[in-house]
Amino acid sequence: MNDLSPSREERIANLKGLGCSRKRVEDVRFTQGKGNYVDDIKLPGMLQGDFVRSPYAHARVISVNKEAALALPGVIAVLTAEDLAPLNLHWMPTLAGDKQMVLADGKVLFQGQEVAFVVAEDRYIAADAVELVEVEYEELPVLTDPFAALESDVVLREDLEGQSAGAHGPRRHHNHIFLWEEGDKAATEQVLDSADVVAEEMIYYHRTHPCPLETCGAVASMDKVNGKLTLWGTFQAPHVVRTVASLLSGIEEHNIRVVSPDIGGGFGNKVGVYPGYVCSIVASIVTGRPVKWVEDRMENLMATAFARDYWMKGRIAATKEGKITGLWCHVTADHGAFDACADPTKFPAGFFHICTGSYDIPVAYVGVDGVYTNKAPGGVAYRCSFRVTEAAYFIERMVEVLAIELGMDAAELRRINFIRADQFPYHSALGWEYDSGDYHTAWDKALAAVDYAGLRREQAGRVEAFKRGETRKLLGIGLTHFTEIVGAGPVKNCDILGMGMFDSCEIRIHPTGSAIARLGTISQGQGHATTFAQILASEIGLPADSITIEEGDTDTAPYGLGTYGSRSTPVAGAAAAMVGRKIRAKAQMIAAWLLEVHEGDLDWDVDRFVVKGAPERFKTMKDIAYAAYNQAIPGLEPGLEAVSYYDPPNMTYPFGAYICVMEIDVDTGEHEIRQFYALDDCGTRINPMVIEGQVHGGLTEALAIAMGQEIAYDDIGNCKTATLMDFFIPTAWETPNYTTDFTETPSPHHPIGAKGVGESPNVGGVPAFSNAVHDAFRAFGLRHAHMPHDHWRIWKIANQLGLHG
Amino acid sequence: MTKMHIKLTVNGKAEELLAEPRELLIHVLRERLNLTGAHIGCETSHCGACTVEMNGKSVKSCTVFAAQANGAEITTIEGLGSPDALHVLQRSFREHHGLQCGFCTPGMITRAHRLLQENPAPTEDEVRFGMAGNLCRCTGYQNIVKSILAAASEINAAQEAAE
Repeated sequence: MNDLSPSREERIANLKGLGCSRKRVEDVRFTQGKGNYVDDIKLPGMLQGDFVRSPYAHARVISVNKEAALALPGVIAVLTAEDLAPLNLHWMPTLAGDKQMVLADGKVLFQGQEVAFVVAEDRYIAADAVELVEVEYEELPVLTDPFAALESDVVLREDLEGQSAGAHGPRRHHNHIFLWEEGDKAATEQVLDSADVVAEEMIYYHRTHPCPLETCGAVASMDKVNGKLTLWGTFQAPHVVRTVASLLSGIEEHNIRVVSPDIGGGFGNKVGVYPGYVCSIVASIVTGRPVKWVEDRMENLMATAFARDYWMKGRIAATKEGKITGLWCHVTADHGAFDACADPTKFPAGFFHICTGSYDIPVAYVGVDGVYTNKAPGGVAYRCSFRVTEAAYFIERMVEVLAIELGMDAAELRRINFIRADQFPYHSALGWEYDSGDYHTAWDKALAAVDYAGLRREQAGRVEAFKRGETRKLLGIGLTHFTEIVGAGPVKNCDILGMGMFDSCEIRIHPTGSAIARLGTISQGQGHATTFAQILASEIGLPADSITIEEGDTDTAPYGLGTYGSRSTPVAGAAAAMVGRKIRAKAQMIAAWLLEVHEGDLDWDVDRFVVKGAPERFKTMKDIAYAAYNQAIPGLEPGLEAVSYYDPPNMTYPFGAYICVMEIDVDTGEHEIRQFYALDDCGTRINPMVIEGQVHGGLTEALAIAMGQEIAYDDIGNCKTATLMDFFIPTAWETPNYTTDFTETPSPHHPIGAKGVGESPNVGGVPAFSNAVHDAFRAFGLRHAHMPHDHWRIWKIANQLGLHG
Repeated sequence: MTKMHIKLTVNGKAEELLAEPRELLIHVLRERLNLTGAHIGCETSHCGACTVEMNGKSVKSCTVFAAQANGAEITTIEGLGSPDALHVLQRSFREHHGLQCGFCTPGMITRAHRLLQENPAPTEDEVRFGMAGNLCRCTGYQNIVKSILAAASEINAAQEAAE
């Protein structure tokens, strides 16, 4: 007779599965300084690589003289494009269907571009040698403005001369990359022409940078004895890096092992393939020794993938009652010197066409022109699913501008235009099928939580007091209701360099009832080792504490497309659930044999199979795991392991309602965030503690972007923001406390209903902060002002509105 | 380049080495002594990932020459607790989810350790001001502040109980 204790509730708690704020397993190492990041790797005989970079934004490279550098003791090699050309590695393909110079081939196109790669015995000698490489440049005219670039006679990409089409269709000018369109242009323009009200605005989402605290780097080690290349690096997609490395180098894929060790934050910065990775590999092959390359912060900010830089011209039409009838958008997208955006191949503007947002808009059109300029390449999804941040900012600003045009309250305008809960699955005018949502419930909860009506009364009183000269501070109420599209994605339309964007999980249950599971993703701080074990624990009935999670080693993990675009939970998390179900199916057969009943006579109960109607007769997963290895079960292979490759049927659509209450000092331009309320609906919640942490972090990155962070250039292409002195990252002092809240609308197509959350706070946070600034000045006639809203720019808004007397 | 003879005590252990006059403390710690807990995030003193204690003060070891540390007592994250006996701050950061990617964490905890020596019962504002030299890109600081305040309470409660 089996003992029926512990109780069902105790057994559920013991699993630490779904919904549990399980403490993170990663933290034990990290808090002791025992993480293992790429710069911590130290191999015998390891050399150090460092770049000679261009001081000019556009110049011909007349000559590169290595002699003095090579003469320095301890310098092993200096590589230039000439050295890479015989290997055909002086250029490399980008993720966006373009190509990019690995080392300057005849000219440079942005400040900080890689010109030569120095390899030396240590980092000090390498830095000395960089100074000794003599490069002769001939300056060329610089184009930093995408609108001017499309008019200019100056040809940036001479390598593309005569090519009237690129990877994404026709190019209409030598500095034009593509025009990408979605929606019904004619019908949208017709609606705009006959609408009661049309609001029009140019909204710039400025260039910024993910700036993870750990910069990018790699260690390449070519073992010439066994012909194997091992590459450790800051890779958000290690398996794709292996495939690309194989295609570029000609080394067979089984002879390449790519390892992402611990990663110190990614935020999209570590998705792409950078010249440093390629040069490290080549240098290791050439020298026969391991080569490490780790960029410094200036290199990271100047040359490694930027984000945003979208000039979004919008027109939104509505009835005089405020019902939105159409949306039109044209984007001039500054891609820099090479089109190195990290988007699924068929989406050169990512998922920007989620820009109808949370609203039921009958007709819409979006066109995006990609343009080359003399700026660093990139256009990565900085805590964002492929241009979703730009889209959310665009629509949430356009709605505010429309509210001004209509003289309506912006919360009410949103409410009357939300997609209703009964409209899901909802087909948007720009082609997406929103899987689920309940926007009205979330919105009402958010407005009630902050006492929205009370805030508006206080604001009106403040405006009056300001006009009477009793205060110099204004109050802004920043509203946002965002809808994201994450979890790329269905293989039928989502791929990166031809690799379908499925993901994977493989699990082995050990005889004593513990397990190891490996996935195709890689954590950069998201806590996968903690949360994926929770998904599995709930599926297979073994405690999360008994499940080791591993990611990032291509020799052991199943192939997957990596971690970015909030895809880990929607795709790899689904694979984890599915692989758990495979294990359970076999476990059921084993249990049936052990209990001498038919499989159909068993019920699953938390951590065991129980004979229907006989609760005292059961086998726990622990019993079953042991039996899988020590019993000869007729018709069944020994062992208990499985693999699942999950191709999602659709994206997931997390949403949220954010409200920021901000005090603004009209005379100094300083702001104070009095309250920030963030309601997120990410479907089924796996670990509330981790979700809350993600929301805090994403909101702080949003705060940075909205209130001061930018990558700025002067007219001759000098990057003016290449250190953390100039590039704003909020400290604990500037960062407010946030209040988090949630509703829970499970995704109907995801095995556990989860939607992903990591990027929501950045997508929704930026418009919430920005709208608060705008809202503070609405009573004084402000319609739109470009971000970032640093003190100087806010002061200028006040000044231009005549508020300084 | 002529090397200098440098003696220092790191986490209670006497170390001797030859270093170039320009060699940075962070490189000595990470590359010579294999103490890779402190990290390099900016090399310009802004981010604080390289924070260690030197003679009872928090310093950013990416902008301290090894030569300046000659004769100094250095404590790094590796010297704060042991796997069997974690420091209160190390436990508290885990308990209150005060870290995510872990890259800033050694600097954060090392700085927090010194902050609580300087001010054993700080207010939230004092924690936020005292930690402003350490950047975090993941957590938004809210749970870092919570971790430090909780650790301070625990240390103070333990001391009161002992007295």
